[in-house]
Amino acid sequence: MIKLTVNGQPRDVDVSGDTPLLWVLRDSLGLTGTKFGCGMSLCGACTVHVEGAPTRACITPVESVAGKAITTIEGLSSDRSHPVQKAWMEIDVPQCGYCQSGQIMSAAALLEQNPKPSDADIDAAMSGNICRCGTYPRIRKAIHKAAAIAAGQTGREGG
Amino acid sequence: MATTPIIALSRRGFLKSSATAAGGLVIACYLPGCSKPEEVASQSGPAKMVKANAFLQIGTDGSITMFCDKSEMGQGVYTALPTLLAEELGVAPTAIKVEFAPPGDEYVNKLLGAQATGGSTSVREAWDKIRMAGAEARTRLIAAAAKEWGAPPQSCTVADGYVLFTSRRASFGELAEAAAAMPAPQDVQVKGRNEFKYVGKTLPRLDTPSKVDGSAQFGIDMRLPGMLYAALAQPPELGGAVKSFNADKAKAMPGVREVLQTSSGVAVVADTWWQAKTARDALDIQWSPGPAAKLTNAAIYAGLKKASGGKGLDVRKEGDVDAGWKANSRRVEATYELPMLAHATLEPQNCTVEFRDDGCHVYAPTQVQQMSQAVAAKAAGLPPEKVFVHTTFLGGGFGRRLDVDFVPAAVECAKAMNKPVKLLWTREDDTSHDKYRPPARNTLSAAFDGNGKLNTVKVHLVAPSITARWAPGAVPQGTPDPFAIEAAHNFPYEAPNLHIDYVQHEVGLDVGYWRSVSHALNCFTIESFMDELAAEAQMDPVEFRRSLLTKQPRWLSVLDAAASKAKWGSPPAGRHQGVALMSGYDSYLAQVAEISLEGDKLKVHRIVCAVDCGQMVNPGIVQAQAEGGIIFGLTAALFSEINVTNGKVQEQNFDTYRLLRMNEAPVIEVHLLNSDEKPGGMGEPTVALVAPAVCNAIYAATRKRLRKLPIVKQGFVV
Ligand code: FES
Ligand code: FES
Repeated sequence: MIKLTVNGQPRDVDVSGDTPLLWVLRDSLGLTGTKFGCGMSLCGACTVHVEGAPTRACITPVESVAGKAITTIEGLSSDRSHPVQKAWMEIDVPQCGYCQSGQIMSAAALLEQNPKPSDADIDAAMSGNICRCGTYPRIRKAIHKAAAIAAGQTGREGG
Repeated sequence: MATTPIIALSRRGFLKSSATAAGGLVIACYLPGCSKPEEVASQSGPAKMVKANAFLQIGTDGSITMFCDKSEMGQGVYTALPTLLAEELGVAPTAIKVEFAPPGDEYVNKLLGAQATGGSTSVREAWDKIRMAGAEARTRLIAAAAKEWGAPPQSCTVADGYVLFTSRRASFGELAEAAAAMPAPQDVQVKGRNEFKYVGKTLPRLDTPSKVDGSAQFGIDMRLPGMLYAALAQPPELGGAVKSFNADKAKAMPGVREVLQTSSGVAVVADTWWQAKTARDALDIQWSPGPAAKLTNAAIYAGLKKASGGKGLDVRKEGDVDAGWKANSRRVEATYELPMLAHATLEPQNCTVEFRDDGCHVYAPTQVQQMSQAVAAKAAGLPPEKVFVHTTFLGGGFGRRLDVDFVPAAVECAKAMNKPVKLLWTREDDTSHDKYRPPARNTLSAAFDGNGKLNTVKVHLVAPSITARWAPGAVPQGTPDPFAIEAAHNFPYEAPNLHIDYVQHEVGLDVGYWRSVSHALNCFTIESFMDELAAEAQMDPVEFRRSLLTKQPRWLSVLDAAASKAKWGSPPAGRHQGVALMSGYDSYLAQVAEISLEGDKLKVHRIVCAVDCGQMVNPGIVQAQAEGGIIFGLTAALFSEINVTNGKVQEQNFDTYRLLRMNEAPVIEVHLLNSDEKPGGMGEPTVALVAPAVCNAIYAATRKRLRKLPIVKQGFVV
């Protein structure tokens, strides 16, 4: 048994320790929001947060994240209220949508580290996430928008 | 639209007797040759009902459900088609629940002649059909209310799910049953453009919420109770087959339930997909090489070259080309070669199958429901009506899922295991077992007359035919595959003598429809060549094209718009511009690419695209498709190429089949021109203009003409 903490919940999984986290999330835990695109850390479709850091679940052995806090797209918010999700909806970023869980998780991690990223910061943080449908211009716009939404929220909370 | 649908209604008997949904209304569009309304009325049971040619269902609870006959693969049909229906019903698009339609003749795409999502036809085909379905329902609902109230129908209106007359109102739900019993209305009017409330506006996509919280259900996300997972070993050489295999090692691995020989390789079925995939990699398989075992890229292109010597099927013949050559000696000729490409949908091919008491249920990200049904039926040994195809969201389509090669093995596994099975390909499986965009070798020649006017043009296209494989017999003998001559058959430039022909040459591997299909081949060829001719004529590329388009107002207007928005002729310092023009899918487009070069290091800074696609259902979605198509086209122009060595595709994952990334994406400006014309398709066309626009910009910068793609193989680095 491997003990995981996924989206704040303790989860025990009975799998071999070298199983990539991606398949544990998808097949053992039914969290299918996290996607499979390449299995080689080349596309970012499987991006989740491990202790807040964007992590490619497809090459992460599950035993290496035992006991650590894992967040998937399902745990980013319960009601699409995360600033990145709000911005994504406002700008209607997704096309087929397949890459978008990974894009959103990468963007959320970026904004956590850097609340007001420049275009170059966005390039650096997001270039590991492929979008075959070509939503890059909208992703860029939405990250700036999410930064503004988050700043507004912080502002309100603070004032 | 050639056919006016005959609209018929039927009451759903099962709903009447159901306690939960006490009644309902199904609007069915009957096309010539499809089943008759009476047959539908006599059917009962949910599965049969769904198959009853219906687009719209109104429940007595007021719920409105649309059966969307096109697959959602990012192009926005899940929003655009309900918007058309909503407009006529007078409800907000968000009030409509969308379900994907099952296989059925009533869902055959009139523009393609098959139940298929492709060819940028979705809105073009739905424009009349879905609005008529909505208008017919509205007319009936009004008639039912008017009868009840003794009111004149023309004085009743609809709004937000109600029929209104003076101070009276009745909900669609209350009226649903009575409306179904009304005689078929004689006079059904769709709304005029000036009455549109939703059509033509950028409304939010209906699928976005589920695509930002991970809940959207793609094929790969199917989960059924007791489901097993399968990974498939396919012959490494295209067209090969299993000779023998030893599964001892694989069978001893954790979670493995079975190792099966299927019609397309050896499948390992296990408790999780990772177990299945790991065991698959441990299989010891002897393959017998197929007919393509010796195939190499060199042989493919040599074959095309040889075929180029032959005479093709005429596409267009105007004036007298031979006389033109004789009379005019100032001649230009160029040959262009285009590579094979993979689709690389981000969701790898997959299919989930379950056998139940009523038959075989197939859950698939497919662009072709009936074709999926047919191959599944064959694999299951069942008649097609016992196969139920459930379409999920598609994680990209691009034409890849017009093929159904990923369906039969899943059916075979589920049948053998007598349990639900999800079969999923790896990325490597997906890249190396695609149906590839055909390669092409096109030779163009032209002559100017004594006054320097373009006099004679010959376009000689050589490529395999996709349709010959995909729908054998569909293209009449002696006529060219229409999907091989796009963006060439409508050559817009004035030349008194014009001859376009197409040589069908098969290259020994399966070719498939790839986003924009032959537009990408032929637009690259023709727009590169027009640039060569402009250089020969010592004219500005935009001016040269303008001078030959005086009788082509829609072509001219997009060219002018793109040139003006891009500030053609005055790029920022150090940057160079290239232009390309095309009409396809009833849309007209022009693009200007802006690039810079530092040594051999190429950067594409900006692409400006002007579009006249007629009337739009949702301009925001059109814009997104234009942007995405440009990224897709730029990816191919810069990087993409499939190489075959001894029958084996060399490209495997995204390290060897490179896709454009955020840091490489240019600024994209899309300008949508106002138009009253009928809608044009926009899922694909922007793809095709990128390569010629960028290559023409490279010529402007370097005087080096690129007649082959991808650009990174022509001495440039990105
Ligand atoms: S699936 Fe993990 S990076 Fe592509
Ligand atoms: S939206 Fe389709 S891959 Fe990104």
